[in-house]
Formats: sequence, structure tokens, C-alpha cells
Amino acid sequence: MAREHTISRRVVPVLLVFCSVAFVLPFVWLVSTSLKPIEQTISLPLTLIPREYTAELGGRRVEVTLDFQVAQPGALVRYTSGPDAGKQVFVAAGQAPRGGDPRVLHAVQAGSWHVTEKAGTALGEGTASPAWDVLPRSEVASRIRFRWGNYPRALAALGGDAEADRHRVGFWTFLGNSLTVAVLGVLGTVLSNAIIAYGFARLKWRGRDAFFALTLATMMVPFPVLMVPLYGVFKSLGMIGTLLPLWLPTWFGSAFNIFLMRQFFRTIPEELSEAARIDGCSEWRIFWRIIVPLSTPVLVVAALFHFIFAWNDFLGPLIYLTRKDTYTLALALASYQSQNGGVQWHYLMAASAVTILPVILLFLLAQKTFIRGIATTGSKG
Amino acid sequence: MTRNEKKQLRSGLAFTGLWVVGLCAFTAYPVVASLYYSFCDYSILKSPVWCGIENYQQLLHDDLFWKSLRNTLFYAGLSVPLGTAVALGLAMLLNCEVRGRSFFRLLFFMPSIVPVVASAMLWLWIFNGEYGLMNGCLNPILGLFGLHGPAWLADPSWSKPALVIMSLWGTGNAMVIYLAGLQNVPRELYEAAEIDGASALQRFRHVTLPTIAPVVAFNAIMALIGAMQLFAQAYIMSEAANGNGNASDGNPERSTLFYSIYLFSTAFQDIRMGYASAMAYILFLITAALTWAAARLSRGSSDDAF
Repeated sequence: MAREHTISRRVVPVLLVFCSVAFVLPFVWLVSTSLKPIEQTISLPLTLIPREYTAELGGRRVEVTLDFQVAQPGALVRYTSGPDAGKQVFVAAGQAPRGGDPRVLHAVQAGSWHVTEKAGTALGEGTASPAWDVLPRSEVASRIRFRWGNYPRALAALGGDAEADRHRVGFWTFLGNSLTVAVLGVLGTVLSNAIIAYGFARLKWRGRDAFFALTLATMMVPFPVLMVPLYGVFKSLGMIGTLLPLWLPTWFGSAFNIFLMRQFFRTIPEELSEAARIDGCSEWRIFWRIIVPLSTPVLVVAALFHFIFAWNDFLGPLIYLTRKDTYTLALALASYQSQNGGVQWHYLMAASAVTILPVILLFLLAQKTFIRGIATTGSKG
Repeated sequence: MTRNEKKQLRSGLAFTGLWVVGLCAFTAYPVVASLYYSFCDYSILKSPVWCGIENYQQLLHDDLFWKSLRNTLFYAGLSVPLGTAVALGLAMLLNCEVRGRSFFRLLFFMPSIVPVVASAMLWLWIFNGEYGLMNGCLNPILGLFGLHGPAWLADPSWSKPALVIMSLWGTGNAMVIYLAGLQNVPRELYEAAEIDGASALQRFRHVTLPTIAPVVAFNAIMALIGAMQLFAQAYIMSEAANGNGNASDGNPERSTLFYSIYLFSTAFQDIRMGYASAMAYILFLITAALTWAAARLSRGSSDDAF
């Protein structure tokens, strides 16, 4: 038995570390890609750490990209006359230079790197075409460098260029839309469900239990069943293309939150309410002055869950939002991807990281409440 | 009804009034309307025309419908057992007394709150056949056997497993629930079993499992209901990895045409709302059956208050 304990003491941490690496690696990959220049996202072998490469090209120190490794030895030559005059060519050993008057610039060993000046970021701009050379790895200096500039560029690209020209739709609009939907939804969720749950938990009236059972039953209705008629409802209310369908319903209660809050309200001693009633308090005052202050834990859980839900929601915005200036951040991210294809991975990852950041921060700030909330609601709800 | 009862009813309804409106407008009416539409020919532009059970009959002969149902069941059949196993395994590791438990719990949980659009983008990139992290990690190992990682989302036989792997990353939610369940198992039971000479495996089989089985079963069914409604990831990733697929959803080769995706495109791209409603009702029936099973299973679980 003692042996069993030592084994588990040694094996469990190893397994935990192994699993953590597997769970964290995607995040690392996300951040790493978001900080790379584009050519480093599509080069092999894969690297995790964004770097900057510099080399001496034409007497200047410039930032370069590593294009490919030269497999055979040879020489870099420049033609001084003939049709290719002024051109710079790599000639492999044993291969005859074609025509002109080649002047050998320098010999090249196998395994050297073909490097090109990074256009646009060069120190001396104005050169017509970017300079290139074949250099041994030792002549290419490299250091770690994070391209934080990817972030503002990715966020600017999120709105799409053509659109931005006409009327400025961009990251801040999407952020504002997401926050509007999330904050109004959180307010609605907390206020409406608390009031409703009070009616189910602390008042006795005919039909209450049957109504509550019906409420619970609605929890099993899958969203796709509601999707088509809800679209019709919001269309007849003239709300398609606005943010209203995404937050207005939260002001009219939701079965899960009613259930959650009712369970909590019922644990508050009835004597508190009785005493207040004898003192002549109205039900509304009892709710507002006694129940609400004692229920902050459950209210915070409901608020957090709804914020995350609203922030992350994709299907709702996809159905109801039609114009770009009403897009939420999640929908804008998806539409940016489908318009630009999977080429600019560094921008796509930067924009994704920005979309993730608020929920991660919120979670880190309130993780205790969060985990307790899931542990207690998940096994019940 | 006495005066007092009337008064009570009035104040009860005053508090629950918002929900009466909400329930009618956003749940009850849609549920009924959806059922009605499922027997109609309906394109949101014109009012619905009754057509009897034609939609349901047509569904029976719709290859894409069956394809989407098969794809969905395949995905659910893989992701739910694997997800449950991973979540339970992690919860059991965290239930051991090791240092930094809350830190690990945080790490495992974090992916489950990542917005689905962002995680779809991230996994799209991870599953990139050429430059993705997945093949970047696999190829050195597969290379020893002369193999090469698949194109994942662009390969019809690997697109669903890719989505399953992605879903495993987000099992933190279930893990937290299982961990809470494990921590409710009384310590004395383990001590008693240990004194009786039960091995670790026996303790798991006879002490841990019976206590948390109802929680696990309940959550697995909830996960199954969720998996049946898989939408966002598949919708975003299949199109992104296989070019603009508006002409045909669920690329490559319809391998990621899931139930909800077919339903969505029938309703909002083909504007065949009646047909989509019939599909929705079949999903409703499946879900209702699963919920019924979950309710029966959870009746056995401990009834602790919030």
C-alpha cells in the first residue's frame, strides 16, 4: 500500500504536466502565430518563437526572410553584359552560366540560405525590387522579436477595407456591439430572473407548482426548434438586422436561470420574510431588501454565465444580424475569415486572441465563483 | 377562490408576469408554430400553406437528411465517450493530493470558455495540413513509419475526427462537475476499503464509480444532446478549410454536413422553413427521448441543494 502511494505521488504530477502541455499548447500556438511575420507562419520546420532575421545585403544591414536552403554548392554571379546584364543569378557547381559575362560575387556552400530583403520593412526603402542573396547561416543574425504591430493591423483589417471607406465600421463598432448585447443581456438576466424566481420560491399561490413544472419542461426544447418561428417573430417586430433579438428576450426570464435562482432563494430562512411581513413590508420590499442582498453569489454566477454565453454566441448573430455595422465581434471574426480565406494566419490569430481575451480576463478575475457555479449547477441543471 | 387566495395569485403573477410573457412569446408560441410549419410549405415571404405530412415523407427519402443524421451520430458517438473519459480522467488526477491542483484545474478549464468562433479559427490553423501544429507534432513520429499526417479538415475521412479532437480540448466544464462529484465521495469509504485490502483499481471500481456514476451518466446525456446540435465549429471550419462552400454545405464531400447545419441551410439559405421545421421536430423527439433518459438516471443521484 505504501508503495502504491509513492507510485501515485510520482506518476500523477507527471501525467498532470503532460496533460497541461496538451491543453496549453493550442494557446501558445495562437499567441505565437499572432506575433510572427507572415512568412514565418508558413515556413517549415514549425517554430514556436517569432524571430527577426537580419543580414548584410548590398552593404546595408536589413531585415530578411529565410526563403529556402540551397541544397548544392555553387556561386552567386552577376552578368555585366548580354541580355541579362545587371541580373544576379545563383549558379550551381558544374552548371554552366548561360551567356552574358558572368562575374562571380561569391562562392556558396551547400546548406546556405536564400534570403530576401523584407519588402516594406527595409531600412532603405526606394529600391525597386527587394535585394536577395545566398548566405551561410552564420552571416544571418537572428533574435527573438514579437510583432505586436500585427494586433492593430489585424483589428483594422477586421472591418474590411471597402466598407471602412464608406462609413467607418471597424473593430470598435464590433466591440461596442458585443458589449451592448452582453451587458444588456446580463442586466436583463439578473433582474428578470431574480424577480420571477422570487415568485416561484417565496410566494404561495394556486397553480405555482404546475407552472414551475412547465417552466422546467421548456429547458429540453432544442434551439433549432425555436429558430424558424423566432425569426418570424422578430421579423414581424421589425427587429431583424438590429441587436434587439440578441438581448431583449433575456428581460423576460429563462427557465434555467429561474430554476437556479429559485433553488438558492429557497435556502434563505423563511423567518426573515415572516418578520418583515409582520413589520408591514410589501413583497417587493422583502425581495429587494432581504432576498437580493443575501443572494449575490447566485446572481453573480448567472451574470457571469450569461456574459460568456452572449460574448461567445455565433448562431444568434448569424441568424439575426444582416448589416456589417451591427455585427458582434464573434460574427465579424468569422466573416473576416470567410472573406480573406486562410492566408493571413498571423492576423487571424491576433484577432482571435483579442476576441478571447475578455472572457479569459473575466474568468481569471472570478474563477472561484465560476468553478463553484459550474460544480453546483452542472450536476443539477 | 377566497379573497386571500386571489390576492396571493395576484402577487404571484405580478412577480412571474415577465416570464408569462417570455414563455409565451419566445418558447410556447415558437414550439407550436414550428409544429404547424412542419406540416406546411412555408417560405417566410409568403404565408404557410398546409401540405400534410409531405415534409416528413420527403425527409425519409432525402439522402442528405440521412447523411446529416449519420454524420451527427458518428460525431456524437465518438466525442461523447471520449470527452467523458478525458473529463473523468482529468478530474481523477486532480482529485489526488498534488501540489498546484487549483492551477491545473484552471488550465484544463480555460479552453471551455473560449468563444467558439475563436476556437474554430485556432483549430482550423492547428489542423492545417501543411503548416499546422497537429501535423507538425505528428509528422516526426509518423515519419518513422513512412507515414504523413492527413489533411484533417480537407480530408473526408479525417474531418469528423478532427472536430472530435477539438471538442476534447473543451471538456473542462464536465471535468469541473466530475471533480465536484469525486470530492463528495466520503473519505471514510476509501479508508475502509483500503483497510480491507482493496487495490487502487478495486477502489475505483467499487467505491468511486458507483458514487459518481449517476452524475457521469447525466452529464454524458447532456453532452449527447449538445453534440446532436453541433453547429458553429463545423459551419465555420468546413467552409474555411474547403473554400467557399455555399453551393454545398458540409465539405469535404459532405463529411461535415451535420444535422443542425443542414437544418440551418434549409431554413435560411434555401428558405424552406416548413421542411426545416419538420427536421427540427425530429431533433426535438430525439432530444426528448434523451432528456427522459437523463431524468431517470439523475433520479438516483444525491439531492444536495445549491
